[in-house]
Amino acid sequence: MSKSLISITDFSKDEMLHILDVAAYFEKNKMQSFLSGKVVASLFFEPSTRTRLSFETAANRLGAKVIGFADTRNTSITKGESLKDTIKMVSNYADLIIMRHPLEGSSRYASEISSLPVINAGDGANQHPTQTLLDMYTMRETQGTLENLCINMVGDLKYGRTVHSLIQAMYYFHPRFIFTSPNELTMPEQYKEFLRQHEIPFTETDSLVGHLNEADILYMTRVQQERFTDPMEYEKVKNVYRLDASMLRSVKSNMKILHPLPRVNEIAQDVDDTPYAYYFKQAENGMYVRMAIIAYLLGYK
Amino acid sequence: MENEKQLKVSAIKNGTVLDHIPSGQLFKVIDILHLSECNNQITIGFNLESKMYGRKGIIKIADRYFADEELNYIALVAPNATVNIIKDFEVVEKKKLSIPDTVVGTVKCGNPVCVTNHEPIKTIFKTVVKDGKVQLLCHYCEKTTDVNDLTIIRNSR
Repeated sequence: MSKSLISITDFSKDEMLHILDVAAYFEKNKMQSFLSGKVVASLFFEPSTRTRLSFETAANRLGAKVIGFADTRNTSITKGESLKDTIKMVSNYADLIIMRHPLEGSSRYASEISSLPVINAGDGANQHPTQTLLDMYTMRETQGTLENLCINMVGDLKYGRTVHSLIQAMYYFHPRFIFTSPNELTMPEQYKEFLRQHEIPFTETDSLVGHLNEADILYMTRVQQERFTDPMEYEKVKNVYRLDASMLRSVKSNMKILHPLPRVNEIAQDVDDTPYAYYFKQAENGMYVRMAIIAYLLGYK
Repeated sequence: MENEKQLKVSAIKNGTVLDHIPSGQLFKVIDILHLSECNNQITIGFNLESKMYGRKGIIKIADRYFADEELNYIALVAPNATVNIIKDFEVVEKKKLSIPDTVVGTVKCGNPVCVTNHEPIKTIFKTVVKDGKVQLLCHYCEKTTDVNDLTIIRNSR
């Protein structure tokens, strides 16, 4: 079985750092051709624009050809083909599989039935490991190090898979966390327990302004309306976790704002023009990091 | 006292006796051992009086012995059940059940959007014991299922 990337915990600390170094090389050398004889399958069983385009551009910039589908409408899946059969079939054609699927665990399953490396581009609410690596890359790029950072995570900490994976990856680097969320969407106990076990300090708060000035990284996430059982509750909190430029007057000068995107109204447009906004560059970084992951799993870098 | 019990569920000459199963878990134990597909003579007692549980279940399977790995799955639903190996009407061995490290193919994942509930995949769990509570961590969706909410997959073999 080939090496795959399904969960962030599939990579060791050294492998993560290696990916970040290779991604930095690709940021300086954007066009490559060493995968010119390779075919990458991009299987999106669930629509996505950002992630799919980022992956497909990454494959193209390495010189690989890309096959696949962007939704299941025009595929045999509508005829009732099983996931197993689709993966088996594609495994005969391609050299690597990138896959997003609404069912949790689907990518792990695919990696077990395919002889090819599989990259999980999101399996339901479970894992999205390339997002975690691009978040780490961006933190290191903006701070010069991953060590001893104060990371303030804001928004939906209960269901947000990106914040959970980021905790699992960053614990190697002695971080301090601030968890800013409404009471309905606090960090689940299992992750807090994980941090306690590893003696990583964290503070919980429901106030966005309260801890803004301590953070090196402000990691904003979207508070989704469908997460609330009571729509009145959503109306109350949706503007409480809205960041605007006036709130940034006394933040640390090195502080950068990240967001996995899409943002809706949690970051006001006037923040975009401040030196702290970094979410668009973060999205660009995703491409270099995905180039590095594809190259690594195919045994090139 | 012993004689009274024997009247309720007749003795077997050779085989396996599972006793002290909480009544509510009896049918789960039957499913775990796939007894509905078993051709041996089986006597089942349900809602028998028990000092320990109030009501208990008992299963006697004639002429059949199980591997320890199979029996240990019973510990997920009835950790205090006892297993007696009977040869020529005598108890020749009493087995203690222990929670298995991994559970393969017997239990349904409690996560409705787990891939194993939508594709024909054998489930795989790691057992995690925390504060005396047993939870099953799904190898695929990485979510945990509480043993108190277990659904046993029938005919999973």
